[in-house]
Amino acid sequence: MNALLAVRDLEVAYGNIPALHGITIEVQKGEIVTLIGANGAGKTTTLRTISGLLKPRRGEIVFNERNIGGTKPDVITAMGVSHVPEGRGIFANLTVGDNLELGAYVRKEKITDSEYERVFALFPVLKERLKQNAGTLSGGEQQMLAISRALMSKPNVLLLDEPSLGLAPQMVQAIFRVVKEINAEGTTILLVEQNAHMALVTAHRGYVMETGRIVLHDTTKALLASDRVKKAYLGG
Amino acid sequence: MAGGQRVAGSGWENRDAPPPATRHPPSARLPWWLRDLIYAAVFIAILIGASYGLDRIPIGGIAYYRRIIVLMGINIILAVSLNIINGHAGQFSLGHAGFMAIGAYFAAFLTVFYFAPYVNKFPEGTEQWLLQNGLLLVAVLLGGALAALAGYIVGLPSLRLRGDYLAIVTLGFGEIIRVFILNINKIGAARGLSGIPNWADFFWVYLFCGITILISWRLVRSSVGRAFLAIREDQIAAEAMGVDTTKYKVKAFIIGSFLAGVAGGLFAHYMMYLNPEMFRFLKSFEVVVMVVLGGLGSISGSVVAAIILTFLPEGLREVKDFLHTNKDPRMVIYSILLIVLMLTRPQGLLGRRELWQVLARRKDTIPTDERDQGDATDRP
Repeated sequence: MNALLAVRDLEVAYGNIPALHGITIEVQKGEIVTLIGANGAGKTTTLRTISGLLKPRRGEIVFNERNIGGTKPDVITAMGVSHVPEGRGIFANLTVGDNLELGAYVRKEKITDSEYERVFALFPVLKERLKQNAGTLSGGEQQMLAISRALMSKPNVLLLDEPSLGLAPQMVQAIFRVVKEINAEGTTILLVEQNAHMALVTAHRGYVMETGRIVLHDTTKALLASDRVKKAYLGG
Repeated sequence: MAGGQRVAGSGWENRDAPPPATRHPPSARLPWWLRDLIYAAVFIAILIGASYGLDRIPIGGIAYYRRIIVLMGINIILAVSLNIINGHAGQFSLGHAGFMAIGAYFAAFLTVFYFAPYVNKFPEGTEQWLLQNGLLLVAVLLGGALAALAGYIVGLPSLRLRGDYLAIVTLGFGEIIRVFILNINKIGAARGLSGIPNWADFFWVYLFCGITILISWRLVRSSVGRAFLAIREDQIAAEAMGVDTTKYKVKAFIIGSFLAGVAGGLFAHYMMYLNPEMFRFLKSFEVVVMVVLGGLGSISGSVVAAIILTFLPEGLREVKDFLHTNKDPRMVIYSILLIVLMLTRPQGLLGRRELWQVLARRKDTIPTDERDQGDATDRP
């Protein structure tokens, strides 16, 4: 079976400084795949290249059997890849409702009431705050908004960049619970995390990155049991 | 949008409900075009009335006030159009005087060399009057179009730059335009272009003022305007949402420079004389100051600031008489007022809100940046 999203021998550089030295990742339809690693390993770079914000130097990105490497981000989003950027990237001075509508930008059609209902079922707090400026939300609520906004383009693949960043442990639990729910409803997820434990408990398979290379990949069960992962990322 | 086929079976596709029924039954309301037509007719009637009224007010020196009021209208067009670029789309442009100069010179060029000689062949009367006003409209719109083309040409390569870099490029562009005009002998070069007929008046300036505000107003509430706001708020996130940022930044530039060109054309036909020195970068700064003072992104803020900044230097002329000095402290006071205002209200007079929102003090529209600055304390 062909992977829904595949990255092969991907090389990316910022100017002359290489960030990725040929990485290969495959994401099957319906999976949650996580990418873990330390700061500067190249996790965010990988996601940004997949969603078209960065151009690959070499290698290919195949989504739905089409090479999308180097395609413009608006085209990639329209094809069904939605990116929740690191640090959430919500539009602070616009209302929560405006933020959600911008998520549906590539659809050229209005968000239906049933879609709003689905988002509010996942994150009830957004319903109360619909008319409020997004900048007045708490960090966790902003992350919820960022995920909901990304869902508005009806993605096949959701790219999540550090959803737990700067959140209280309880909020992290809540966010990951919803990530699982979204996946159960049929959306494939590629999750980048520094919180290795949460990521490995949530995902099906995982890739471990170090300085621009994939050093390990396996099912999350095996990774959780692996000595190398335990030592480097799980504090034991 | 050039999207490929989607993969079937994503949970987010199967559950589309039919669109909800419209909330406002269109039964008793007028059709939109008739309603808009009535609004337009009322607006034009008010303009004509005001135009006649201003001519006939029996106050000494009314001509002076008239002139200030018309120049104020031109400043409003400039400020509101720059607000589309700087305020809504968040691209810091310092080249507005350049676009204005293009519009002014091209419109004046058309009138002086082609339109006016043609109009003068007709005997005075209704026909000539109609022709004159029609050709003014053509000249002004073509001036705007050429400015828009310049906006496109400048925008395409330079809008990949951000913040300060873009400001420098647009600043340089504005100066290039001026120097370019300075070297074209046909349109007067350093002597300036004189002999432009006085075709634009209060009516035309304020008609375009209304149109500019309407365009700006409708734009922010359209999908294009929403893309502008997204780019202003967070460019990376806007891109990740599928907004083609370069395309929309260029669009903002084209619309803004078109309107600046229109303002230039009206300015030319009101002042009856153009000189490259009128379009120095100080003119660009003047407009930027209006937009920042009013509050970036606030349309009514730009209007209010344009009004204040047109009248303030004039009103300050009185200070000299009051102090019985022969030294004019006008610009010193003007500058100090600007500094005080920026220190006390760095977000501008109105912030990102509109005038009526400020007056109503609606809590749910307080922008976060104002909250952070403790601005909420002056609310009950």
